Amino acid sequence: MRQKFPVMTAIAVLGFVFLYAPILSLIVFSFNESRLVTVWSGFSLKWYGELFRDTQILEAAWLSLKIAGLSASLALVIGTLAAFALVRFGRFRGRMALGVMVSAPLVMPEVIVGLSLLLLFVSMEGLIGWPGGRGLLTITIAHATFGAAFVAVVIQSRLVTMEMDLEEAALDLGARPLRVFFDVTLPVIAPALVSGWLLAFTLSLDDLVIASFVSGPGASTLPMVIFSKVRLGVSPDVNALATLIIVIVSIAVTIAALHITRSNKHAAR
Amino acid sequence: MTELSTATIPAVPPWADPEAQPFLRLDGVSKSFGGFEAVRGVSLDIYRGELFCLLGGSGCGKSTLLRMLAGFERPSAGRVLIDGEDQAGRAPHARPTNMMFQSYALFPHMSVEKNIAYGLKRDGLPRAEIATRVADILSLVQMTPFAKRKPDQLSGGQRQRVALARALVKRPKLLLLDEPLGALDRKLREETQFELKKIQAEVGITFVVVTHDQEEAMTLSSRIGVMNAGEIVQVGTPHEIYEHPHSRFVANFIGSVNCIEGRVTGREGALLRLACPDLGAEVTVESGFEAGAGERVALALRPEKIAMGRAARPGFENTVTGRIEEVAYMGNLTIFQVGLDSGARLRVTQSNTTRTDAEVPRIGETVQLQWSGAAGFVLAA
Repeated sequence: MRQKFPVMTAIAVLGFVFLYAPILSLIVFSFNESRLVTVWSGFSLKWYGELFRDTQILEAAWLSLKIAGLSASLALVIGTLAAFALVRFGRFRGRMALGVMVSAPLVMPEVIVGLSLLLLFVSMEGLIGWPGGRGLLTITIAHATFGAAFVAVVIQSRLVTMEMDLEEAALDLGARPLRVFFDVTLPVIAPALVSGWLLAFTLSLDDLVIASFVSGPGASTLPMVIFSKVRLGVSPDVNALATLIIVIVSIAVTIAALHITRSNKHAAR
Repeated sequence: MTELSTATIPAVPPWADPEAQPFLRLDGVSKSFGGFEAVRGVSLDIYRGELFCLLGGSGCGKSTLLRMLAGFERPSAGRVLIDGEDQAGRAPHARPTNMMFQSYALFPHMSVEKNIAYGLKRDGLPRAEIATRVADILSLVQMTPFAKRKPDQLSGGQRQRVALARALVKRPKLLLLDEPLGALDRKLREETQFELKKIQAEVGITFVVVTHDQEEAMTLSSRIGVMNAGEIVQVGTPHEIYEHPHSRFVANFIGSVNCIEGRVTGREGALLRLACPDLGAEVTVESGFEAGAGERVALALRPEKIAMGRAARPGFENTVTGRIEEVAYMGNLTIFQVGLDSGARLRVTQSNTTRTDAEVPRIGETVQLQWSGAAGFVLAA
């Protein structure tokens, strides 16, 4: 029954090549023997060994993970509260301002966000002596700021589609408003909370520009380290690191996909 | 199902008893949203054990009224008294009411059992008592085998029962039901109507039901309050609402009706004489309607109260001649559109009492339409 369209197949193949060729070449060259990234001279795992001896990269990776975890959690709390206020509180004074401020980081160029945060941190340090120096704390705060914007968008769209009925039913059955939030609202929006957190986590892990502005000496995140290394010439252990990250992400995505299919089947029964 | 008729309403219904104390009293309740008045000055008494239906089209304010009883909306004016207690300023969780939502609003992350137990847990009841009450209510709604299921693993009818059970299990003084059968398909709805009535009689809780479905209101209710544009236009038993509507709106909303314009020409005892140009004849109708000669009124005739035949039969006060223009066969009955000489049309229904259709008049045939003086009623023009 299904007709074959050669042109469409060709376009599809092109599309896949466009998407995956860079990643594939990166993976292939991570197993390259040679120090030169563009010349293939045989299979080797030596860059993986090199990677695990490179304390600079390992420390940067650990710092990035800490910042991502902390800032995503902070962003989750702030973003959820903001979304809840915007969707459920009806009209209130300053609603408009809150809505604009919450979504501003989504459209603001990162350079400006980074610069303004840097100025803020510097002048705050001058005025009240906090935060003392720049590093993990300032990057975490900066990442939480724009992470919260993304979380708020995700949670808002979930709250809008969530029927008020559920919360009203809980109220009607004798739960006080705070109880309703923890018993009904949170569990129902849990998937959105998870994806909001993951989004904030990924964005933080990914960020180079803002982190460069607000970090201080001795606090280099993974993207900053990779970027500075690449500037001095690409070293193959970066390929190895990238390959590892790709593998971890693929496994995580596969698990998530399997979980979603299973729960869909569960729901369809 | 014989116990249906012996519901909780005594022989002399409380609304006919001037001594009876209302259980729920609405006193001039209004609600406006911005400039729009959704509910206007509703005063209503509902008695213990009633199954009261608020009936009206969409946007008539019936749901807003129900939400004010539950405490989700605050009345702009007026008072709500439940069992003598003013509910002003009481939050939903502090009211002796429970509500069954149109969407059922079952908590998707909790099993059937947990959904039902939720309200009891909030009341801080001991665990053992919660377990027995949940088990009891599950067996009442025949959902015991599904206790461990999640809402998304249930059919629509099953979800409806769980929603009912969850609202009932707290033994509220007043149960509010928003379109309780609206999401069910027709067959299931008919079965569930009787079951709802049976459960209500069993638990003895006063029900207030909101519905737009007149058939549902007729079969369920002890009394119906018909609403239009935020006001209650008539309150009465299903029989009163159908046979003695006070207005054209009510007459048209419940069932169908032929409204024929006319003028009062005189009165002979209980019989009122009307001249109706559309019928081309003077008709008589039994009515207590206070109207002087010459006043414009309307004669309202339900389609099933008109007898139709090829020849006129004795025993009817009124007879007109017409021609059949359209026939709609419904199975149990047939609907005819009969054109009169004046160009007016009457709708007539006949029960199909036999399987043969030899006696049934066909399109184009001339027929005699007849009705007694007691068949119609008079409405203000």
